[in-house]
Amino acid sequence: MGINFLYPEYEVIRNMDKCINCRVCERQCANEVHTYDEERKIMCSDDALCVNCHRCVSLCPTRALKIVKSDHTFKENANWSNRAITEIYKQSESGGVLLSSMGNPKDYPVYFDKILINASQVTNPSIDPLREPMETKVFLGSKPKKIERDKDGNLINNLSAGIELAMPIMFSAMSYGSISYNAHESLARAAKEVGILYNTGEGGLHKDFYQYGSNTIVQVASGRFGVHKDYLEAGAAIEIKMGQGAKPGIGGHLPGAKIVGDISKTRMVPKGSDAISPAPHHDIYSIEDLRQLVYSLKEATDYKKPVIVKIAAVHNVAAIASGIARSGADIIAIDGFRGGTGAAPTRIRDNVGIPIELALASVDQRLRDEGIRDNVSIVIGGSIRNSGDIIKAVALGADAVYIGTAALIALGCHLCRSCHTGKCNWGIATQRPELVKRLNPNVGYKRLVNLVRAWNHEIKEMMGGMGINSIESLKGNRLMLRGVGLNEKELQILGIKHAGE
Amino acid sequence: MKRVYVNEEWCLGCHLCEYYCAFANSNEKDMAKALKNVIIHPRIQLEEGDNINFAVSCRHCDDPLCVKGCITGALSINDGVITADTNKCIGCYTCILCCPYGAISPGEHGVIQKCELCTTNIKGSPHCVVGCPNSAIVFEER
Repeated sequence: MGINFLYPEYEVIRNMDKCINCRVCERQCANEVHTYDEERKIMCSDDALCVNCHRCVSLCPTRALKIVKSDHTFKENANWSNRAITEIYKQSESGGVLLSSMGNPKDYPVYFDKILINASQVTNPSIDPLREPMETKVFLGSKPKKIERDKDGNLINNLSAGIELAMPIMFSAMSYGSISYNAHESLARAAKEVGILYNTGEGGLHKDFYQYGSNTIVQVASGRFGVHKDYLEAGAAIEIKMGQGAKPGIGGHLPGAKIVGDISKTRMVPKGSDAISPAPHHDIYSIEDLRQLVYSLKEATDYKKPVIVKIAAVHNVAAIASGIARSGADIIAIDGFRGGTGAAPTRIRDNVGIPIELALASVDQRLRDEGIRDNVSIVIGGSIRNSGDIIKAVALGADAVYIGTAALIALGCHLCRSCHTGKCNWGIATQRPELVKRLNPNVGYKRLVNLVRAWNHEIKEMMGGMGINSIESLKGNRLMLRGVGLNEKELQILGIKHAGE
Repeated sequence: MKRVYVNEEWCLGCHLCEYYCAFANSNEKDMAKALKNVIIHPRIQLEEGDNINFAVSCRHCDDPLCVKGCITGALSINDGVITADTNKCIGCYTCILCCPYGAISPGEHGVIQKCELCTTNIKGSPHCVVGCPNSAIVFEER
């Protein structure tokens, strides 16, 4: 076997004065870190197996456990970091592509954190959302170019199919397969309760969840898994997935081991066979081809469902979005490079794509310059962490945001970034029945409802502070934003002034 | 009347309810002090199977066989809660034989012990419910 070059990244610290040998840590760790030593009558742990998911820490009734980052280190080197060296050890041992999960964790600039929001003082009144009406309802879809009236002067309804959301938030695409049945049920029930939408991802729609259809976006991705007429008709909108922020330019691969039972049936893939989503849609090599798929889907659903085209934020995103806005799509979804994933090659996740803030600002500006902004709504995702990010995104031009990682964290995810192992101790990114049942959807959906309602309250508070009583008045209102510590070029792309200007 | 119910669909078999029960009935304020180096005698006990687990504690029956069977009058119903008077109990274990749920067990000192919904300890309300990490144990009216 040779020498193991890897030293555990984390250490499990157990306070022996507090440990009562209840063995809950042992029973709850799918990575089998903890064991009970009958002879010595103490709990032991193998640090090398720990992924730092905190399941044991959270369940330990006496708080006897904590996980710390190992201070074991290589000789310090600003160029060859511990991580760089460790990854070489891993690859020289396995010969494989490094896999990672969830969003890009590297230290790239977070532009949301370099933007500040305005508030009213003296010359314009702020509004108290507890005492005055405050509107966060949004309508997504293409807007009519002009008002039409019949011969009696009554308005003609020339709206095309759209989406109504109680607040500018949707749950982003996470497939049944990448996340568990109970996670999907939590998302679906929460979306219904608060009047927003969740997204099936490319895994089809489980028959139990057709009842949440009016709060569902059904996705059509390059593998076309689980797509059939009833599926398309079940949702409130159809999303064509062209790309994903965590792994722009590549497809997906759900291993055959996860294609079991209902997942096989829902995806329409034989049990045990790998579900491979190709990198491109093999029938889309141009905007004209995209237009054909958009209209095929509209035709199949009698023009009753808006079509979303989801792309990853990449270098020419503004030009691409301009093409999509002319393709007949009603909504463009843009996923930034910090967006999550259940599994992606580490190098792609960490190095490909651009920040969503810059992509959003440039797309919104380009569509406005070309006079086609009303053709489409813009939805952005890729690490929306709080309501402040949402306010900033809307002011930069987004109509709504997708939240994925934040929703999973609400369900108990501790961002250990080990989804690809399929052993999620929180019952989210796993299909093992004994792990899946750890996520009780009766609890999970309430936590999601609490999160988005809390954010909606905060959005209203911040809007009130700016003297704005409708989210529509904030949309694209970049005068409400100021940059701090940004250079001229960044400010120019974001279309905002520097603080103090 | 509110009772403790267990939904086996969500029971993870983690045994935490047993430890929270033992902690509550120790009347200590610190769990580590109460349970360190102690063999616990919980009044709620987990039944484990292949793919199914559930915790069992007293159902607080409306017409309880244990109370009927008690030869010394140690078991009685107080506001619906079946309680045991350990001063009267002589450890004959008739109640253990009578209980169709297996919810009564021998205690530490020869007499029986059973769930009294934490009404007789410092917690005041069922502590197994508080400690259940997956809301599988609930305290509710049905």
